[in-house]
Amino acid sequence: MTGAEIVVQSLIEEGVEHLFGYPGGAVLPIYDAIHQQDELQHILVRHEQAATHAADGYARSTGKPGVVLVTSGPGATNAVTGIATAYMDSIPMVVLTGQVPLALIGNDAFQEVDSVGITRPVVKHNFLVEDIKDLATVIKKAFHVATTGRPGPVVVDIPKDITINRAEFAYPREIKIRSYHPTVVGHSGQVKKAYELILEAKKPMIYSGGGVILSNASEELIKFTQLLGAPITNTLMGLGAYPANEKQFVGMLGMHGTYEANMSMHNCDVLIAIGARFDDRVTGNLEKFCPDARIVHVDIDPASISKNVKVDVPIVGDVKEVVSRLIDLIEASDQRLESAALSSWWDQIEEWRAQDCLKFKRDTGTIKPQFVVEQLHQVTEGNAFVTSDVGQHQMFAAQYYGFNKPRRWINSGGLGTMGFGLPAAMGVQLAHPGEQVACITGEGSIQMCIQELATCTQYKLPVKIINLNNGFLGMVRQWQEFFYDRRYASSYMDSLPDFVALAEAYGHVGIRVTKPEDVRQAIEDAYGKYKDRTVFIDFMIDKEENVYPMIPAGAGLNEMILV
Amino acid sequence: MNKHIISLLLENESGALSRVAGLFSARAYNIESLSVAPTDDETLSRMTIVTTGTDEIVEQIQKQLNKLVDVVKLVDLTESEHIERELMLAKVEAIGDARDEVKRLVDIFNGRVVDVTDTTYTVEITDTRDRLDSFLVSLSSIKIHEVVRSGAIGISSGEKILAI
Repeated sequence: MTGAEIVVQSLIEEGVEHLFGYPGGAVLPIYDAIHQQDELQHILVRHEQAATHAADGYARSTGKPGVVLVTSGPGATNAVTGIATAYMDSIPMVVLTGQVPLALIGNDAFQEVDSVGITRPVVKHNFLVEDIKDLATVIKKAFHVATTGRPGPVVVDIPKDITINRAEFAYPREIKIRSYHPTVVGHSGQVKKAYELILEAKKPMIYSGGGVILSNASEELIKFTQLLGAPITNTLMGLGAYPANEKQFVGMLGMHGTYEANMSMHNCDVLIAIGARFDDRVTGNLEKFCPDARIVHVDIDPASISKNVKVDVPIVGDVKEVVSRLIDLIEASDQRLESAALSSWWDQIEEWRAQDCLKFKRDTGTIKPQFVVEQLHQVTEGNAFVTSDVGQHQMFAAQYYGFNKPRRWINSGGLGTMGFGLPAAMGVQLAHPGEQVACITGEGSIQMCIQELATCTQYKLPVKIINLNNGFLGMVRQWQEFFYDRRYASSYMDSLPDFVALAEAYGHVGIRVTKPEDVRQAIEDAYGKYKDRTVFIDFMIDKEENVYPMIPAGAGLNEMILV
Repeated sequence: MNKHIISLLLENESGALSRVAGLFSARAYNIESLSVAPTDDETLSRMTIVTTGTDEIVEQIQKQLNKLVDVVKLVDLTESEHIERELMLAKVEAIGDARDEVKRLVDIFNGRVVDVTDTTYTVEITDTRDRLDSFLVSLSSIKIHEVVRSGAIGISSGEKILAI
């Protein structure tokens, strides 16, 4: 077999069905091999960044690794943003980059960059294949590392001559890497300690993050939470792990979290952190964070524990495994949280909840972005896969969509990558052909990967683009309003294209909505009469709406700005 | 802020060194010295990193190093009894009275003069970092032309072994 055929066969052995990529000189042999088979479908994007985001959306919505193929040089550098995005959110991804022939490496050859060097800080691991005999093993290792432990992207850099040369092909069944043994099973003494501490709580609080989703532990989280009767908040990355429509859910926490979530965090006496990493957007000022709480932290990555916040009971292990064992311990005895204390804790939380911090003015005559998201939720019955870009629209989506299932909310939480939404939605739609997919975006973000409208045309991807168009880089403008005395430096989007005409130019349906009363119909049409089409709805929203609540930089979780 | 000597076994592969070095620069950790060479097992390199930081930072350094796929094993030598050595070569001015003075200091520090010219001595000393620092301080009146230090290496005392 040629090296190129080995690459393709290895991907097939891994069960890969979709490969997102863009051809170029260094990967021509691999493309030629792809062309001569039909088990693996290649999706041609319009920019390598989109290939990585599409593979990322595919991975987040399925739990399977996303796979990318790009050429050397600019192909690899264009992919870096998407690789970093996946890295920050621990998304399993394997990125194959072409490389100049071995003999030319280091010679400043045409389309040569040190892909392994450039990607090193933003991958879980990377490889340069130096011998065709290692090719299949390296690909096996790449999938193994990407998908186990704390997942992440892995880059495999393949010189062109290796794809042309021939070798025997045998795909390894099992792989052992002597230096790589992620801890999956939590230490039983620590689990016991956590259980004992949890039962001492008068004001317990569960804070769960993206790790629950990555570990497919939503069911266990729900059971654990309901057994305890404690309030639960989800991070931006963890939304959907606990159903938003359940009463123990107090909403998202952090910079734009709900009043009740942040106040519960601030006032709790035992904090149970599950698959979350105490990100600065979650904790606010670390010195003011959870002043009275003893903290249990479950995470598969030892380096995430006591990195930002010193915890009392660390448990390194897979969330699903550890939470199952906590459930077993609780169920094995009659002991529960002290009910009088718990009920007065809930009374307090209900008082905070009564603030109704997500209320917004409805009768202003302008389209409120919150209203659009709320209507989208209603039309799709809360079951859509929703991707987003980064900014105000992302926060509105997180606050108002109300995710009831895991893997339905797809956004770039860690890196905060504008341009993520549309390609991610393509990946989601390819993985879930019959499902409703929405990309909630803004006129700034959507233009960062707008070229992907062509990919939607080519593969007939019926994603719905919900463009919350306020003519501003909204979050930048909001910060300028609050902290820079309303000096709107470069946050006004002048010279916007006619998005409706643009969508139509690509062969899609374009709809412009300027009045609140037309919002519902437009969304219904998108999922109704245009359900098989890519639809771009350009909502002309309130220009200066802000995201509330908000915790300013340096403040504690109890120091929110409400509306 | 304490000094720590972290000793690790890592895969003897191209790129392993830059993963470690890159980790320190990306996360703004200190490296005072770093030395690396293959071991008796040619698939493994042994690296010794001298770093400083608060206990929390050093704990993070160890965890982050352990996360690197190329790192096979790691130990903080400063957590227990250990032997630390660093090799230094120094070329110093040796003219007139200084020739005797340098020779005497080299003897005190158990070093030796390994190269001689009419105007210079090149001396070799192997000891702990602190002792090497003291030697340089004790040369105060002597002109130092050049100093080369290997960075510290270390090994646990007693029967403790870092191996796979």
